[in-house]
Amino acid sequence: MTLLDVQNLWVKFPNRQGVFDAVRGVSFSLGRERLGIVGESGSGKSMTGRAILRLIRKPGIVQADHIALEGRNLLNLPEVEMRKVRGQQISMVMQDPKFSLNPVMRIGDQIMEAYLLHNRTSKAQARAKSLEMLRAVSINDPERVMRAYPHEMSGGMGQRIMIAMMLIPDPKILIADEPTSALDVSVQRQVLDIMDGLVKERGMGLIFISHDLNLVSEFCDRVLIMYAGQIVEVCDADKLHDAQHPYTQGLLQSLPRLDQPRKYLPVLQREDDWQKAPIAGDQA
Amino acid sequence: MIKVENLNVWFDDGYDRVDAVRGASFNVNQGESFGLVGESGSGKSTILRAMTGLAPTWSGRIEIDGLALHGHKRNRDFYKTVQMVFQDPYASLHPRHSVDQVLGEALHLQGFRDIDTRVVKLLDDVGLDRKFRFRYPHQLSGGQRQRVAIARALAGEPKVLLLDEPTSALDVSVQAEILNLLTDLREEHGLTYLMVSHDLPVIGHMCERLAVMKSGEIVEVMDVTQLRQMQAKHPYSQELIGVSVAH
Amino acid sequence: MNTPTSYRAWLLTDAPTSRNHARLSSFYKGWLSFRSNPMAMFGLGILIALLLIALFAPILAPHDWQAQDLSNRLQPLGTPGHILGTDSLGRDILSRLIEGTQITLYIVTLVALIAPVAGLLVGTVAGYAGGWVDVVLMRITDIFLAFPRLVLALAFVAALGAGIENAVLAISLTAWPPYARIARAETLTIRSSDYIAAIRLQGAGPFRIIIKHIWPLCISSLIVRVTLDMAGIILAAAGLGFLGLGAQPPSPEWGAMISEGRRFILDHWWVATMPGLAIFTVSLAFNLLGDGLRDVLDPKDGDSQ
Repeated sequence: MTLLDVQNLWVKFPNRQGVFDAVRGVSFSLGRERLGIVGESGSGKSMTGRAILRLIRKPGIVQADHIALEGRNLLNLPEVEMRKVRGQQISMVMQDPKFSLNPVMRIGDQIMEAYLLHNRTSKAQARAKSLEMLRAVSINDPERVMRAYPHEMSGGMGQRIMIAMMLIPDPKILIADEPTSALDVSVQRQVLDIMDGLVKERGMGLIFISHDLNLVSEFCDRVLIMYAGQIVEVCDADKLHDAQHPYTQGLLQSLPRLDQPRKYLPVLQREDDWQKAPIAGDQA
Repeated sequence: MIKVENLNVWFDDGYDRVDAVRGASFNVNQGESFGLVGESGSGKSTILRAMTGLAPTWSGRIEIDGLALHGHKRNRDFYKTVQMVFQDPYASLHPRHSVDQVLGEALHLQGFRDIDTRVVKLLDDVGLDRKFRFRYPHQLSGGQRQRVAIARALAGEPKVLLLDEPTSALDVSVQAEILNLLTDLREEHGLTYLMVSHDLPVIGHMCERLAVMKSGEIVEVMDVTQLRQMQAKHPYSQELIGVSVAH
Repeated sequence: MNTPTSYRAWLLTDAPTSRNHARLSSFYKGWLSFRSNPMAMFGLGILIALLLIALFAPILAPHDWQAQDLSNRLQPLGTPGHILGTDSLGRDILSRLIEGTQITLYIVTLVALIAPVAGLLVGTVAGYAGGWVDVVLMRITDIFLAFPRLVLALAFVAALGAGIENAVLAISLTAWPPYARIARAETLTIRSSDYIAAIRLQGAGPFRIIIKHIWPLCISSLIVRVTLDMAGIILAAAGLGFLGLGAQPPSPEWGAMISEGRRFILDHWWVATMPGLAIFTVSLAFNLLGDGLRDVLDPKDGDSQ
């Protein structure tokens, strides 16, 4: 079943030299699955995630045939309606939790505020719900975490708290923009496991934006590979290593590997025609 | 070339004292590339900062090129022997200085006179086209900036290069370019590398030997064949290798 | 290279070919982004006009600014020959305003040269050196900051004697502490950055680092701050003039003119209002200019082209 359908999405930034197209005609659809978007910096992957929520700052422009959330076109919604969609139906987790939490508010108060914003209930119930959410993201001592300030938390802990906050309104779709890039590998795994469990239990759709090919191929069901604002390839995540497009192959080969020592790493040779032709009739 | 014995580094004396590095010892031979691996907060970068005098409170013994270091003051000979490449090329270049100014100043400080010819040569060395010479950092990509930072480190023709996560802020394709460049430069200039990274495959690619660090201590020193054959002895190193290979 | 378009392309290039080319090019880009702010351009326009008026004051003034004509005193606005009327001694107000621009610019320039430079020096040295140097310099700064500006200036003028030069000196002495604070705060963040660590590793000494690496980054925010403060400086100078401690009669300093007009403000409002409007216009112009410059110079936006 399709939760989100994006058709011919463009993100444009007018500047002095003309118009810079950050995203150029991206189309894909998302069901109850884990969809990875991979690409290098500047490939437009984060812009795609933000454009879905209409979070592109001025003077940026978002254009698309449609961005349909369960059949409702988000592009035509007035800003007031859109605010309800953000958070309640689609949530977003950013790269660095340090910048997403208010540093002078206790974590508990922030989570409860988020809950009360979306639900008309008593404070006591909000509190109970918050504790439940913190337990859901594998925080063992939620009482202590509720009382703490963000700077007292480690990166992994902060990111779990962010995920807990995003899950409170029970969204249908979670957009995670490099949620684990600032974390150590061992913590990374725990956070991914938590997200994985939540997607499965709640039947959410997940858009996982990352620069890390290996991570995405392991964690997601399907992968979109983006280059210069376009999708160059769509493949099943477990078949990523058999990818066809020279760009994907080049990226995979440029990674150093422990099991294959070599003096020089193959360097990606970029070709101009990757930028020109989006793959034909891509109904991802 | 580099000898570190029982190195302790701490911050904030007194009640808030934080021991960032505890009793670290290792040797790096002339022409060798040695890696320090660990997660954030394991103290791996702090060792580099103690060597360069950027982390002032340390005890133990550091010897570089036969010279013992003391305190946080370093003399001209040290700066001529040892240079450092920083993690984030977006933060390690002065935003208002052009490539020409950055390299020119480094050369001037290292006491060279023929600055013009040397700037051009440095650009050639790190594979930057000469058209980049008068650009400002904001006109360069991350990889190009890191090349400039490497060129600056090479200005004084050092013998030892300290590499603090030189590619962790870069895309993988650019990382490959920079690592290849570092491989070439080591050969051409006979450099000794001490490289810090959280990325085990990168260390495995670049280094002959490595030390695994955990919360301020070196838990194991091994060579790269041991790493490749997964013959780590310490459980923490095994865990790290396990996570990296699972990818 | 000779047509205007190719000249523009040469300036906008991403690949400058020489040091001067790079400098010109980044200057031109700054100008373009400044130009896209109409309010800032408006402010700049007023200030250029002011500069021209000051330069050609003797030619522009319809009358001699000192010529008294007691039979023609306190003429209202629009009197033939005296568009802005005359003051209590029958002097043409317009001519006096025009002549006064010189004094205003003189005060502004001197203060702008003294106060920020002193602040920059104290702030960057304190911030970079740290330790007891920082403590001593900043406590001195705090002492200056603790006094209300005009009161301190009054004390200085009282001690040094009335006059424009002393007024300038007094205003400068009271104006530098905020600049020192800003410069110190900036220095503290710059000091711990990687590019400073990198140049230290090349063997650069503290003076080179402060002058060549820290100053260029502090100066832009100081320039912005100075242009925003200009209004306050003009008002302080006018205030001193108004209190009779700045420019002395018959000097056509705007504050002194208001002071003179105060006596007739109920019956002959224009005498005090016209110099007041002039002060207002110039202050506004500096504020608008400062806002525009902030967009161009702020190092935090250094990456936007």
